[in-house]
Amino acid sequence: MSNDAPWPELRRFTDARIGLGRAGSALPIREVLSFAMAHAQARDAVTTPMDWAPIAAELSAMGLDTLSAASAATDRDVYLRRPDLGRRLSPASRELLAEKATGPHPDLAIVVADGLSSTGVAANAGALIGALLPMVQKSGWSVGPVVLASQARVAIGDEAGEILNARAVLVLIGERPGLSSPDSLGAYLTFAPRVGRKDGERNCVSNIRTGGLSAMEGAFKIHWLLREAFRRGLTGVTLKDESAFQLEGVQQPAIER
Amino acid sequence: MYRAAWRQTEYRFADLKEVMAKATPPRSGDVLAGVAARSAEENVAAKMVLADLPLKRFLEELLISYESDDVTRLIVDTHDERAFSPIAHMTVGELRDWLLSEAATTEALAALAPGITPEMAAATAKIMRNQDLILAARKAEVVTRFRDTIGLKGRMSVRLQPNHPTDDKRGIAASIVDGLMLGCGDAVIGINPASDNVGVILDLIAMLDEIIQRFDIPTQSCVLTHVTTSIEAISRGAPVDLVFQSIGGTQAVNASFGVTLAMLKEGREAALSLNRGTVGDNVMYFETGQGSALSADAHHGVDQQTLEARAYAVARTFKPLLVNSVVGFIGPEYLYNGKEIIRAGLEDHFCGKLMGLPMGCDVCYTNHAEADQDDMDVLLMLLGAAGVTFVMGVPGADDIMLNYQSTSFHDALYVREALGLRRAPEFEAWLARIGLADAEGRLLADPAPVLLDHIKGIAA
Repeated sequence: MSNDAPWPELRRFTDARIGLGRAGSALPIREVLSFAMAHAQARDAVTTPMDWAPIAAELSAMGLDTLSAASAATDRDVYLRRPDLGRRLSPASRELLAEKATGPHPDLAIVVADGLSSTGVAANAGALIGALLPMVQKSGWSVGPVVLASQARVAIGDEAGEILNARAVLVLIGERPGLSSPDSLGAYLTFAPRVGRKDGERNCVSNIRTGGLSAMEGAFKIHWLLREAFRRGLTGVTLKDESAFQLEGVQQPAIER
Repeated sequence: MYRAAWRQTEYRFADLKEVMAKATPPRSGDVLAGVAARSAEENVAAKMVLADLPLKRFLEELLISYESDDVTRLIVDTHDERAFSPIAHMTVGELRDWLLSEAATTEALAALAPGITPEMAAATAKIMRNQDLILAARKAEVVTRFRDTIGLKGRMSVRLQPNHPTDDKRGIAASIVDGLMLGCGDAVIGINPASDNVGVILDLIAMLDEIIQRFDIPTQSCVLTHVTTSIEAISRGAPVDLVFQSIGGTQAVNASFGVTLAMLKEGREAALSLNRGTVGDNVMYFETGQGSALSADAHHGVDQQTLEARAYAVARTFKPLLVNSVVGFIGPEYLYNGKEIIRAGLEDHFCGKLMGLPMGCDVCYTNHAEADQDDMDVLLMLLGAAGVTFVMGVPGADDIMLNYQSTSFHDALYVREALGLRRAPEFEAWLARIGLADAEGRLLADPAPVLLDHIKGIAA
């Protein structure tokens, strides 16, 4: 490969692994190991159990109550093989939430779910809620206890929100990690949550991470969607995100199932 | 009722659908669907039932009813009795033995293909070991053409996949040049766009056409957008080479993709009307993958491997240039680990080839599957040995738009070097002509700068 190849300049336009050079037919060893490290980070994001203590402390400092819950998937292996179980609360968690649901009905329930990236939740969920909470309070909406759900998928918010009698539920969940984004958080908003809601009945704000959508930008979009959801009485495909913070280059991946 | 007895135990299966599902080598998707064998012994017993089953039975007992499913109607209505006649007396087990015998020549397989239904292909695959799937598939030669000739024996093509998360044309161009310089792109230069906006799609189609024209590359372009969007682009005068669509093995899963058989026909006719192929007129590019029907709740209780083979019946109706099983993309709830992905890749390739399709494979995995690059190295080598028509070429194996790992430009070089597989002849000649490879297809240590000069303008 000639020395004046323009690859460094071209990397301004893409994160793709271009201009890597070669050792015979193979990749040079530095590229093999750099790829291996990125994959290792993504694997760790999937398999590392969520440590909920720091985020619980963070939320408590914001004046929010937290509830520890788990899905019906008993461990990571079951979680990966049985998406249906990750969408439902365990019987014990269902009871716990029902006990806490005796007060006034909250406008918004928040569920923080580990999803497929515990590192994405650890890195971004606290900051996102910290940015969103003042906006929600300024709008005069009440917030119920924050549910911290292990081995959970997006739809677990339907059951949690229904039990908590919330008008809307916001699920913050670790997204399926990519090699360049092992720590991304997704936010899914569902109006009138109840078991059996379809993916098309939610709105999604994805790619919340350093190098993606910032916590403040994500909170702004969620707040905008929440206001529209309460005004129009729905979420989903008919509610298009037209918030002023239109960010170029942020794609909306398929909803995590 | 189907029965198998082994020593003192008798196994019973209510219908053919149950036999098929329970005979399938274990995979997470069939467990999730609740159709998998309950024990290893039951799995083998079901294989024994299949092995003794006359092939004709598949024409009599339909797994999904004729009335309720247009894919079933397509399979039944297009079955070629004449082509089927040489094997009409055989059982599934006899077909497996025949496929591995000297009698099953390349010519015999080509003549047989229209007589093979997807269910026959799937059943045969279920009782075959991996080595059987490789040896039988490598006998088949399925040749298709647009601007180059794809599928000749001893050759393997590569789809250059230069995706970008925001469809940035400079970033995409950089990936294309990198891939071409590493000898990839003879199957197609195909972008998965992040956007479904027609304006963006038109821009990408024009950009690919410009690169292919400027350097006179004997290959074809494709922007992998919905068939209706491609039809719209053609009606607006866009230079569309190939029309793409994801397809599945039931009417309901195709509905979940927003597609009907009539739409596919319309898409093909629109592409044919442009008459852009120079050496042939195969204008369709299809993608498939085990598990898609289950994920759309459109599986009718049929196992995922059989449903995948049914998607090939849809594909062959439209004379595609390329069919690609995106084998590990769907995730571990359907194919849990490297072993299951490898098995599925070999099954899909075998079934596609037996049915007469130009079968490629996206050798790939997601980060929540129990798989890694070593598993992909294994599957790629096995598919190379099996005579796979094409594989993917993604910069560094890392698709930054779709967030999964496929095969890299370098991976294609690896399997070429190990197995002596060459590129499509027209593309091979182009690489030599433009100064990137020698006449044998070996990349030059000091490649001609013509492509680099092109993108230096972009970088400046």
